[in-house]
Amino acid sequence: MEQEIILKKENQGFAIIKPLTNFFKVKFEKDNVLKFLKKTGITLISILLFLAFWHFGSKALYNKEATYKIEKALAEQGQAAAEAEKACIASRDSSCQPNTLPSPSQVWASFQSLIADHYLIKNKKQAFADKLATTNEKLVAQGKEAIVYTGRASFVDTVLTSIKTVFAGFLLAMIIAVPLGIFIGLSPSLRSAFNWFIQIFKPVSPVVWYLLVFMIVKTIYIGASSDNAFVISFISVGLCAMWATLVNTAMGVSSVDKDYINVAKVLKLGTFQKVFKVILPSSLPLIFTGLRITLSVAWMVLIAIELLAQSPGLGLFVWEEFQNGANDSNSKIIVAMFVIGIIGFLLDRLMLTVQQMVSFNKNEGI
Amino acid sequence: MAYLELKNVSKTYHQGKDNTEVLSNINLKIEEGEFVAIVGFTGSGKTTLVNLINGLIKPTSGEVLFKGEPVVGTSHERGVIFQNYSLLPWLTVFQNIAMAVKEAFPKENKAQIKNRVESYVEMVGLTHAIYKRPKELSGGMRQRVAVARALAMKPEMIIMDEPLGALDALTRGNLQDEILNIWNQDKRTALLITNDVDEGIYMADRIIPLKPGPKATLGPEFKINIARPRDKTALNDNADFKKTRNEIITYLMAIGDDRKSVSAQQYSLPDLTPKSFVSQF
Repeated sequence: MEQEIILKKENQGFAIIKPLTNFFKVKFEKDNVLKFLKKTGITLISILLFLAFWHFGSKALYNKEATYKIEKALAEQGQAAAEAEKACIASRDSSCQPNTLPSPSQVWASFQSLIADHYLIKNKKQAFADKLATTNEKLVAQGKEAIVYTGRASFVDTVLTSIKTVFAGFLLAMIIAVPLGIFIGLSPSLRSAFNWFIQIFKPVSPVVWYLLVFMIVKTIYIGASSDNAFVISFISVGLCAMWATLVNTAMGVSSVDKDYINVAKVLKLGTFQKVFKVILPSSLPLIFTGLRITLSVAWMVLIAIELLAQSPGLGLFVWEEFQNGANDSNSKIIVAMFVIGIIGFLLDRLMLTVQQMVSFNKNEGI
Repeated sequence: MAYLELKNVSKTYHQGKDNTEVLSNINLKIEEGEFVAIVGFTGSGKTTLVNLINGLIKPTSGEVLFKGEPVVGTSHERGVIFQNYSLLPWLTVFQNIAMAVKEAFPKENKAQIKNRVESYVEMVGLTHAIYKRPKELSGGMRQRVAVARALAMKPEMIIMDEPLGALDALTRGNLQDEILNIWNQDKRTALLITNDVDEGIYMADRIIPLKPGPKATLGPEFKINIARPRDKTALNDNADFKKTRNEIITYLMAIGDDRKSVSAQQYSLPDLTPKSFVSQF
């Protein structure tokens, strides 16, 4: 029974690809093929249904706005203008297209154009670097700063910036919250000293954290030429997201099984040994649960904070596209939405896998 | 001077306004090299007694003396085998035992520690599982690890708190023999807490019943005069064994009945008559 549970626990993080890996691992038996088709088939059908719902929904919205535009032209400018508007919409000219929820095909096209745009910018960057290679060498030799490409960032670059920011914020959260949580968990007086602090600051919104960090970092960086948007955004993300880890670590450390503490006492372990050999390992599962929540919170608040901090990540990309209001802006926003969702999902699975590697069944040693 | 002596020991737990006196007026003397078993019902305060002796808790009144000195905190001289094996699940068998060995012999180098751990693992017959984690072991194997961990510290006295309580009858029998073998080798003082009278008679020199708590005290002792090594199968036909067993069981049954009659409190029930709801609907 226990064995069974342990087997089930393995690799839950990537359970979604399990039917696929099983399919290639196991012999082609009729049973397996059927199981695979059933499992994958249901997922595929649900995806298709979602796309169909989206497609027809966006089409209905498109028609509604097109009809309104034509009727408005008819009412305000007469028959001829209405005919012209209708012809213009039918011709797919970008000047008069209804600006509404884009269809799946439009989003796909935008995705492709964003990728193509990435390669274009990459080539430009390369060309720029080649052209300035000798000049930059001279500048560096003279002790001056090299000239860098300051053009528009591509979509892939914004994604990478976002991932960089989230990991920097996550690391900051970990470096602050885990040791602090251990101290709070070990000492009841520290716990009461910090309790009000945690309770008050935990529910504070990401926007307010950003403003607080901005106030401080702005002054620290005063007079410096370097861009502090990245610093501000990752610190805000870290501060916003660290609470789950802090609370979970403190809880894990303060609620170590009494049996383990008795073992430590009977073996007469010193304080250092007791903390590192008994208390910490036994609270690792809870610490990692906290870290998993922290990472997903970090990814969620990141978008809002990048937008405020003007850090060139996905948050700013979404906001700029919305402000831009170009013909394909809406579909680019939807592309960003999917990318955000998929990356968030992958980050969570990654943490779940790590979490399961360090967790143990409490009854295993008893 | 007795090796271990408990003088008028009482232990009271405070919980809000409630004071529960778990142990009351316990007097016990154990001589060096003796194997003593304390038999009692579940919930009679056996674990509290063990924790008092190994130093995890302090008595409310009275004294626990070990080799004439009052017990203050735990000590490597008194090894404990816990009721629930209390192995650390994130460590392997080797690491679990090595942790104890390192604490008990801080001056030894790595090779010496390794030797010591391996010899004790071999003693409990788990050499094949030395690098496994507790979750990969059966209950009996886990208890062997716990035994090895306690013995590897070379304690002068072994305190066992229902060490075999959670095991099946066959494994239990095997481990009883193993513990006896180990005890026989260097005749350390041993205290066994158990709820199994047969186990007590088979293993110990003396059996002392613990009257059920609250306010548990020790009953009269029963000496077991059966020559060692004892043979488990022959024991069933041994007249001494039968006699002692009957005496102890009769005694335990009697105090069990006492407890029942004491706890049979009279409750006066309110005088109620059923009410009909029919007219209301």
